[in-house]
Amino acid sequence: MSVLPKPAGVSAQQLGRRSFLGLGAALTGGLALGLKPGNAAEPVPAFPPADPPWSQALGPGVVDRPYGRPADFEAGVIRRNVPWLTAGTQSSISFSPLQDLHGIITPNGLFFERHHAGRPDIDPDQHRLMIHGLVERPLILTMKDIVRFPQVTRIHFIECPANGGMEWRASQINSLQFNHGMISCAEWTGVRLSTLLEEVGIKKEAKWVLVEGADGAHMNRSLPLDKCLDDCLVVYAQNGEALRPEQGYPLRLVVPGWEGNVNIKWLRRIKLGDKPWYSREETSKYTDLMPDGTSRGFTWLIDAKSVITFPCPEKPLAGPSLYEIRGLAWTGNGKVKRVDVSTDGGVNWQTARLHEPVLSKALTKFTLPWQWDGQPALLQSRVIDETGYVQPTIADLRKQRGSNSVYHNNSIQTWQVKPDGSVFDVQLA
Amino acid sequence: MFSSRKLSLLLGIAAAAGAFASAAEPGHFGYGKTATPAEIAGWDIDARGDDGLGLPPGKGTVERGTEVFADQCAACHGTFGEGEGRFPKLVGGAGTLKNDRPELTVGSYWPFAPTLFDYINRAMPMPAPHTLSADDVYALTAYILNLNDLVPSEFVADRDSLPKVKMPNRDHFTWTDPRPDTTSKPCMNACADPASVKIMSTAEGNGLTPRTTGPLDTMQPK
Repeated sequence: MSVLPKPAGVSAQQLGRRSFLGLGAALTGGLALGLKPGNAAEPVPAFPPADPPWSQALGPGVVDRPYGRPADFEAGVIRRNVPWLTAGTQSSISFSPLQDLHGIITPNGLFFERHHAGRPDIDPDQHRLMIHGLVERPLILTMKDIVRFPQVTRIHFIECPANGGMEWRASQINSLQFNHGMISCAEWTGVRLSTLLEEVGIKKEAKWVLVEGADGAHMNRSLPLDKCLDDCLVVYAQNGEALRPEQGYPLRLVVPGWEGNVNIKWLRRIKLGDKPWYSREETSKYTDLMPDGTSRGFTWLIDAKSVITFPCPEKPLAGPSLYEIRGLAWTGNGKVKRVDVSTDGGVNWQTARLHEPVLSKALTKFTLPWQWDGQPALLQSRVIDETGYVQPTIADLRKQRGSNSVYHNNSIQTWQVKPDGSVFDVQLA
Repeated sequence: MFSSRKLSLLLGIAAAAGAFASAAEPGHFGYGKTATPAEIAGWDIDARGDDGLGLPPGKGTVERGTEVFADQCAACHGTFGEGEGRFPKLVGGAGTLKNDRPELTVGSYWPFAPTLFDYINRAMPMPAPHTLSADDVYALTAYILNLNDLVPSEFVADRDSLPKVKMPNRDHFTWTDPRPDTTSKPCMNACADPASVKIMSTAEGNGLTPRTTGPLDTMQPK
């Protein structure tokens, strides 16, 4: 028998229905909360002076949701895909909803996905990491072994180099999520790759490292040994909990500041060699075709990039007023030094405020107050990183690379604001 | 002053911390087990692109490849590698790399033939990757190279012949990153003539954007 009193006049069934209705309202967007069934025209006010129903009821207790989840009203805040982009969803991508995120850390359920053979669901007791090749002693490690090594925790972004790849020729997609959502940032915990490589003993001839996943693609890339010894991490935790299966559970590689594809998920094998392997993913893909017909390979670095996340096509303005322009900046070179914002298509710029923490190879938040007078505006942000590198315009990039290189489009995004407050993805001359 | 016992305890802790922080000596932690040759052989599947190092024993003909391809590959890649739907084309595109719409295929783009063996072996066929015999993977490699007119119909693919196949695009890659390749300056005021600021393209109204509210958008006609 329950020792708690039953909420007066509210059955569990009714509570359930209310929450279901709330979800429906969130899904259809804009419908007022607390709609009476069968009487759509008459919303029940739940704000002053009324005391709302949730203030006059007993809510579900602790462990009602033993593993928590977002409010039902946030049901629209999800990773999304572009169905026409790929043949199916198994070798495809999904995008983080940047328009609904407020910090530099991406929640684990919203971290963008890139799979090449779907998501394997791996039993961690059966998972092994093998390290071999040009080493003193080839080694097989269990997950229990790996967790015993000295732990490190770092905050780093991972960005797919094809983020923005649909926009090389022209503006195509009217969305922050679909144009920029292949970047996410998390706190990663694991062991330095250098610790593992020193443990097996690196032979003198070793110069390159093959990293390979346990997914059906057996996804593999070559990395220079120097980078592996510098700052790469073999991680089992993401934002304090075990990696999500979509991000490589139980083990993945994090290669700070380098293109997402080399951050091998479901990591199962590391092999040391004297030359790169020239795998399919680093020859026929993840290479940049130039206008003269030549291609650039091994272009791992994520150049500095920034984007305004409010306003954006998904979050228009509601009339002339004082607003805070908000955005994110990042660079594979290290730290963000400065972000400038223009509201007139790049004629004049103002330096935005960077929000702490400003971390190396991590998302950095910026804001700038803006009094919008209701006139048409062209919003842009431009990041400068600690090496002095300045984020280019799409026209600058095209001059160098044409429009067939697919990857590494780190150009300045332009958002067109119309007098009605709506926002559109455009490109300038 | 520390007592000598306390001092030695502190030194002991410092030594342990130092030992834990640095793993310069192989086997320092001693975790895990040595991988046996048999264990390594099971997972050591890579074949190196430029010289074929790691290609396994076995061989396959173009003729055998025709059969395996029809069974295992044609549903997505088309009988002659032309590609079904949005699945990749495997043939054609020769001479298109400077075009406005280049066609990147095994024949027109891939620099190394052993990479084709490596990729089919590790990732194909998509519903059942890494389930074909080495002979069948060699046969598929021979068939796809032949479809691209890169080897004759009597070609036999094996660990010796594949590295010798000269791919047309082999010498058109640079493997060192030339970036940064732009040198913008962070101008702050009157950086351009306001009259020159023109919208060249817009995503407005072109129908390519999935919904960003509600459930996932299939973009199928409702």
